[in-house]
Amino acid sequence: MSLIVCKNVSFAYEGVPAVQGINFDLAEGDYLFIVGENGTGKSTLIKGLLKLKKPYEGEIILAADLKANEIGYLPQQTIVQKDFPATVMEVVLSGCLNQLGYKPFYTKKEKNMAVRNLERLGIKSLKKESYRDLSGGQQQRVLLARALCATQKLIILDEPVAGLDPLVTAELYQLIDQINKELGITIIMVSHDLEAALNYASKILHLRNEQLFFGTLEEYRESQIGKIFLKDHVNA
Amino acid sequence: MLSLISEMFSYPFMVRAFVVGTLVALCAALLGVSLVLKRYSMIGDGLSHVGFGALAVATALNASPLLVSIPIVVLAAFFLLRISESSKIKGDAAISIISTGALAVGVMIVSLTTGMNTDVSNYLFGSILTMSEDDVILSLIISSVVLILFILFYHRIFAVTFDESFARATGVNVELYNVLIAILTALIIVLGMRMMGALLITSLIVFPAVTSMRVCKSFRTVILNSAIISVICLWIGVTFSYIYATPTGASIVICNILAFIFYSAFGKISEAKVKMQK
Repeated sequence: MSLIVCKNVSFAYEGVPAVQGINFDLAEGDYLFIVGENGTGKSTLIKGLLKLKKPYEGEIILAADLKANEIGYLPQQTIVQKDFPATVMEVVLSGCLNQLGYKPFYTKKEKNMAVRNLERLGIKSLKKESYRDLSGGQQQRVLLARALCATQKLIILDEPVAGLDPLVTAELYQLIDQINKELGITIIMVSHDLEAALNYASKILHLRNEQLFFGTLEEYRESQIGKIFLKDHVNA
Repeated sequence: MLSLISEMFSYPFMVRAFVVGTLVALCAALLGVSLVLKRYSMIGDGLSHVGFGALAVATALNASPLLVSIPIVVLAAFFLLRISESSKIKGDAAISIISTGALAVGVMIVSLTTGMNTDVSNYLFGSILTMSEDDVILSLIISSVVLILFILFYHRIFAVTFDESFARATGVNVELYNVLIAILTALIIVLGMRMMGALLITSLIVFPAVTSMRVCKSFRTVILNSAIISVICLWIGVTFSYIYATPTGASIVICNILAFIFYSAFGKISEAKVKMQK
């Protein structure tokens, strides 16, 4: 069953199209890499999927049991966050906000959930540490734990490995892969990292202000566009 | 010491100053943490200058200062927030234009009507003598509203402050909370302005938050610590100004500077200790 379907979707800023002609559908458990150069509409598409930006044309259909506010989102880090005084637990708990409804405070249920996700990502020992004292890789794990609190079905990550060293990057990809395989959570990843795409993706969406390609990884390797792009960007 | 305190509180204006000051200091510190972290401190500064203009208008019209300035400053809060959020206009430059503009209009109105006298100095640098019975009641009402809203929405305010994109994606109405924070800030600035002065009121918003962040590691401790520092500095400042007849607003700010230096040193020392252990 399809989790997300995009039908001829385009986005525009003040009437000027940013990205157009997007057609794809994702099934539960897919692992999609959205690739393409900077400024080709990847982040815009993400905003659209999160219902933060209305499509200019076409429609985005979410499965009936997937509410827009139940998508786990891992945005790019902002400068504000780098030295934010908050404990790991405070940050992860904020992922449970969409389950509170009209309640003002978190209950045992949300707290247990936060701890469970900290355990899952191997950072339970950091629970009381301050977010600003963590390394870049640890910070991303915290944000991933927060995203896990917000969703049962889908996590969208926007350049999660930007600025991380290769070892930490590999670890983070491993974790995301585990989340995909073990929890059956669908992953949508925006990334420059084509090598990771080749290792982990089940599907590829290639954008250059329009959709150049959508299909499985194998199809992408065989496609004309895939061959050219991969040759240019992967040294293997 | 005790006789000093009982003497001080035998003056009704001192009691009023303590009540209003404590409430304003408490609320300003709470809102300040979010404003400072969101890089919105300049909004506070802009609002206080607009408040000065509004006070001048109220005096010229012989109207109640609070009733005139509250709607004007709340409107300005909306406007400044919009400017800060829109990336097209240079936000900080626009805020400077509005705040100096409002200040100039205020000075012009005052000099054309009552003339430049001690009133102007009181507006700019604050005076402890300006609190009336009505001010106390209004402060009680507004600060209870701020406190209740802040506690009820505490977790949402945290989420909006830490990560707007994520909060928005999980269905939090970020714009609503930003407007709420701006309006509450406007109310607190108007309340505190006549005691602290238009030029100094922002310090109540910025100093306690920045000071607490030197040392505290969690959002909650930053909030609690800011509230405590803010209120204690206000008490010491007001008492000092009573004993030595110094300007109240400036005395409170000096206290805040000292607290900041103390916390910074403490933060540096404990950081060095952690490094040594490693």
